[in-house]
Amino acid sequence: MIELRNIRKSFDGKTVIEDVSATMKTGQCNLIIGTSGSGKTVLMKCMVGLFEPDSGEIIYHGQDFIKMSRAEKTEIRKEIGMLFQGSALFDSLTVEENVMFPLSMFTKDSHAKKLERVNEVLDRVNLKDTNKKFPAELSGGMKKRVGIARAIVLNPKYLFCDEPNSGLDPQTAMVIDKLIQEITKEFNITTVVNTHDMNSVMETGDYILYMYQGKKEWEGSKKEIIFSKNERLNSFIFASEFLQDTKEMRMMEERGKIPNDRNIDDLLK
Amino acid sequence: MTIFSDIGRYLLMIKGMFSRPENGKMYWKEFMHQCSDIGIGSLGIVVIISIFMGAVSTVQTAYQLISPLIPKSTIAQIVRDTVILEFAPTLVCIVLAGVVGSKIASELGNMRVSEQIDALEIMGINTKTYLILPKVIAALVVIPVLVVIAAVLGIWGGRLAGSMANILANSTYDKGLLEGFMPFNVIFAMAKAYTFAFIISTIPAYFGFYVKGGALEIGRASTRAVVISCILILFADYVLAALLL
Repeated sequence: MIELRNIRKSFDGKTVIEDVSATMKTGQCNLIIGTSGSGKTVLMKCMVGLFEPDSGEIIYHGQDFIKMSRAEKTEIRKEIGMLFQGSALFDSLTVEENVMFPLSMFTKDSHAKKLERVNEVLDRVNLKDTNKKFPAELSGGMKKRVGIARAIVLNPKYLFCDEPNSGLDPQTAMVIDKLIQEITKEFNITTVVNTHDMNSVMETGDYILYMYQGKKEWEGSKKEIIFSKNERLNSFIFASEFLQDTKEMRMMEERGKIPNDRNIDDLLK
Repeated sequence: MTIFSDIGRYLLMIKGMFSRPENGKMYWKEFMHQCSDIGIGSLGIVVIISIFMGAVSTVQTAYQLISPLIPKSTIAQIVRDTVILEFAPTLVCIVLAGVVGSKIASELGNMRVSEQIDALEIMGINTKTYLILPKVIAALVVIPVLVVIAAVLGIWGGRLAGSMANILANSTYDKGLLEGFMPFNVIFAMAKAYTFAFIISTIPAYFGFYVKGGALEIGRASTRAVVISCILILFADYVLAALLL
């Protein structure tokens, strides 16, 4: 579990995050959503220690991450895996070397054992026969999956994903979403996903934190978001007519007025 | 104001490089990789410029020494001292500032922009120690070796040009090389080589490590790194000459 208490962050006098508090539970997908420039990436970077908040607390294992010593932070960071927006794979290393990198850096396992683990995680993210390929030879979706494999290779307790679906087609985006969701449940980790992809929100959002101009505007689950009366949230999420129709269908579905096996044509009428 | 904050951040970067490596084996691997990149990667250009630098020195010195009272072996002495004192360390290091410096700045800049440095940070790796220190140590090991190779090849290039252009016989050139040789000149050249190696590795590392923006900024950072490295090399060249000679 990660607890955020009154996080505040500013750059050159301009406040980017203002008094954000949230609790992100273990075993669920915690989503930070919001428009571009709403501060969600900065908040995530504060959570992983890439930025230091001006004030507030970030609690891991009951301890404030900000006040930890460098050595303590390093220990926490070993429990963190992160998938970056652009995957952040090391260009000069092959897929196998990329995934093996954290193992080589932090374990004293033999090469055979490390290779076994690498193949295990690559298999888990459905990547086969790519071990010797370089990142430049991979598609966007494959890069994301290698990024996930590298993030989970050390069995992290916390998984952070910064816009995992950006630049992907809807089908691949769904595969990535599903994978993140499965990994979260399977390894019982605390997953924090930064996104503005509505499909992700509706599919994976166990807990959703909506940011608006650096402030927490709304929080709840994917079920609650359907019934939310927050105007800013609604105008953000249901920006298109299609999504508004989806919302209405979902609301009806939730209230048990229509059966779950309704035809998609109903939505398009 | 910017220059002071740049100097301060540069010094903090240097300080930040010195921390305990997370895994000695990985650092050693990175160090060897950098030695190969800087050393083998620059060897070709160093060989070419060194030979021509020596050859041109011989031809131009002979052109200026027209007095029949000055023995021809003096040409070899002048070429030897010019190459050891100035050409091998300074000229070669200015070329290396371009070759190695731009490579270091663009490599680190690209890593910064594509969030690879952030990825390393999150893994709990001290990025300054892992990414910069091996480059600096590799430069301090390899560049002085390149300077020695450049000096040897430069003197040999001068000998070759002397005989090919019928300026002076090989035996006369060899005789001249042994006349009035001061071993301190080699020490001075090495002092320059180590100083320049530090500049060539740390200045581009600074510009690359702290780059902000995209591809355009990487290019700009790379150019700035090379220009500032060259200026600092020339400045350090003067300071060392004033202090040590």
